[in-house]
Amino acid sequence: MTNLNIPISQQDILSLHAGDSVTISGIATTGRDAAHKYMVETLLNSGKTLSAQDRRLLDELKSIYNGGMIYHCGPIVRNENGKWRIISAGPTTSIREEVYEDSVISGFGLRVVMGKGGMGSRTLAACTKNKAIYVHAIGGAGVTSAEKMVEVLDVFKLEEFGLPEAFWKVRFHNFPGIVTMDAHGKSLHEELGREFDKNLAELLEG
Amino acid sequence: MIDNLKKVLSGPIFGEAVFDLIRRAACDLPPDVESAIRKARENEAPGSRAQEILSMYLDNIARAREKQVALCQDTGLPIFIIRHPLGLSQRKMAGLCEEAVAKATKVQYLRPNAVDPVTGKNSGNSVGPGSPVFYFEEADADSVTVHLMLKGGGSENVCTQYSLPDGTLKAGRDLEGVRRVLLDATRKAEGKGCAPGILGVCIGGDRSSGYNHSKHQLLRRLDDVNPDPVLAGLEGRVLREANTLGIGPLGLGGKTTLLGVKIGSLHRHPACYFVTITYMCWECRRWGITIESDGSWRYIE
Repeated sequence: MTNLNIPISQQDILSLHAGDSVTISGIATTGRDAAHKYMVETLLNSGKTLSAQDRRLLDELKSIYNGGMIYHCGPIVRNENGKWRIISAGPTTSIREEVYEDSVISGFGLRVVMGKGGMGSRTLAACTKNKAIYVHAIGGAGVTSAEKMVEVLDVFKLEEFGLPEAFWKVRFHNFPGIVTMDAHGKSLHEELGREFDKNLAELLEG
Repeated sequence: MIDNLKKVLSGPIFGEAVFDLIRRAACDLPPDVESAIRKARENEAPGSRAQEILSMYLDNIARAREKQVALCQDTGLPIFIIRHPLGLSQRKMAGLCEEAVAKATKVQYLRPNAVDPVTGKNSGNSVGPGSPVFYFEEADADSVTVHLMLKGGGSENVCTQYSLPDGTLKAGRDLEGVRRVLLDATRKAEGKGCAPGILGVCIGGDRSSGYNHSKHQLLRRLDDVNPDPVLAGLEGRVLREANTLGIGPLGLGGKTTLLGVKIGSLHRHPACYFVTITYMCWECRRWGITIESDGSWRYIE
C-alpha cells in the first residue's frame, strides 16, 4: 500500500504500477460530465478571451490540479448550518470523460484521475506522456468514501451545473483506491479484458 | 374494504409509509443481497483484491445502515411497482409517491436525479416526466403493496437487448441461444455496472415489455427458485458459468462476477425473439411494503 500526498511528484507516480493499492490525501476536486465539458471547451480550448469569472476559476483549478487529482464523482452533499458536508460520494463511470481527459491531464498538470470502470487509449497515452495514473475507487461505496472526504473547502459552478455536477473542493484523507492505469503504458482493464475474452470464448465453444 | 383503503389514501399514512420505504431502500441493503456478498467474500481467495473489495462493500453496507445515509451517491431512478385492488385511483397513488420522492430528495435520502434532456436542467426534486417510474397492477387483494427499486445509472447504461438469431454469437432461437447472449452481455458489462451484478432477464415479449419484465425479475429474492424448472436450470447454469469469466468485483478480477440470474418469459410474436437484460449493480436496493385497509403497514419480503 502506497500513501500519496497531494501535490504528488513525478517520481511517486513512476514508482507505481497497475494493480497497486494506494491511499490518497490532500486537496482535490470532484468533477464529472459538465465539469469536463466546461474545462475543455471553455477554459482550455475556446480560443476566445475568458470572462473574468472563468479566468479566476481557471487559475484556481490550475493551482489545485497541478500535481493533484480530479475525482469523477457526483456526491450527495448536505448543508448543515451554512457548512457543507459530503454524505455519500462513491465514483461515477469514468469512460464518459474519455474525449476530454487527455486535454485536462495535460492542460492542468494532473497526476491522478480517479473514478470507476477505467478509461481508454487516449487517457492511457496521456498518463504515459504526462506522468499520471488512473485510480479505480470503490464503486457503490458511497458512505465509506464520503468518510474519507473530510472537509469541504469550496464549491464552484454549483448554481450552473447543479449539486452532483459541481466542482467540490475537498480535503481527502487516506482515500482508498487501486491503480488500474499507470504511467508506464499498462492498463489492468486491457490486460484483464483479454483474459475475459478468452474465458468467454471457451464457454461459447462447441 | 375498498372504502377504508380510499380513506387511507386521503390521509397522511400512505405518503408516510412510502417516504419510509424510500429511506430504507436508499440506506439499508436487503438481507438476501448482503448475505450473497458475504458468501462471495468467503469464496474469494484469501487476501485477494476481490476479497478486499467485497470487504469494503460490506463495510459500506454497515456504515450506511448505521448512519442512515444513502448507500451510494447515485440513488438511482426510483421505480414503483404498485399492486392494488379494484377501485383505487392510480393517479392519486402516483401523486402521493411523487410527493414522498420530493420530500426524500429534500432530506437527501435521494440525490436529485431527474434531468430535462432538452434544457439540461435538473428538476431538483427527482420528480419530472418519467421520474419516478410507475407500474400498476390490479390484484385480488384487500391491501396495497408498494415495491420500490432504486436503479442506478451506471448499471442502467449496461442493460441491453438482443434479437435472435445472432450470427456473431452463434445464438439461435432457443435456450442455448439465450445462454450465449447472457454470457456475452455479462462479458461486455465487465465491471462497468458495479460488479458483481444481478441479471434480470426476459425472454420474448416486445422491445418495451421485455425491458419491463426483465426489471420485474429483479424484485425476486436472490435465494428463490424459479418455479419453471427449465428456467431454474438455465439460471443456475448461467450464474455458474458467468462466475468463471474472471471479471470479479469492480471488474478487477475474481470469482464473483454475478450474484444472481433471474429469468422470466413472455410470449413473443412469431417473427421476433428478443432477449432483454437489465443489469443491477451489487447494491440491489429494493424493498416492499403492504398497506392495510385499517391504515397499518409493514415491510414485506
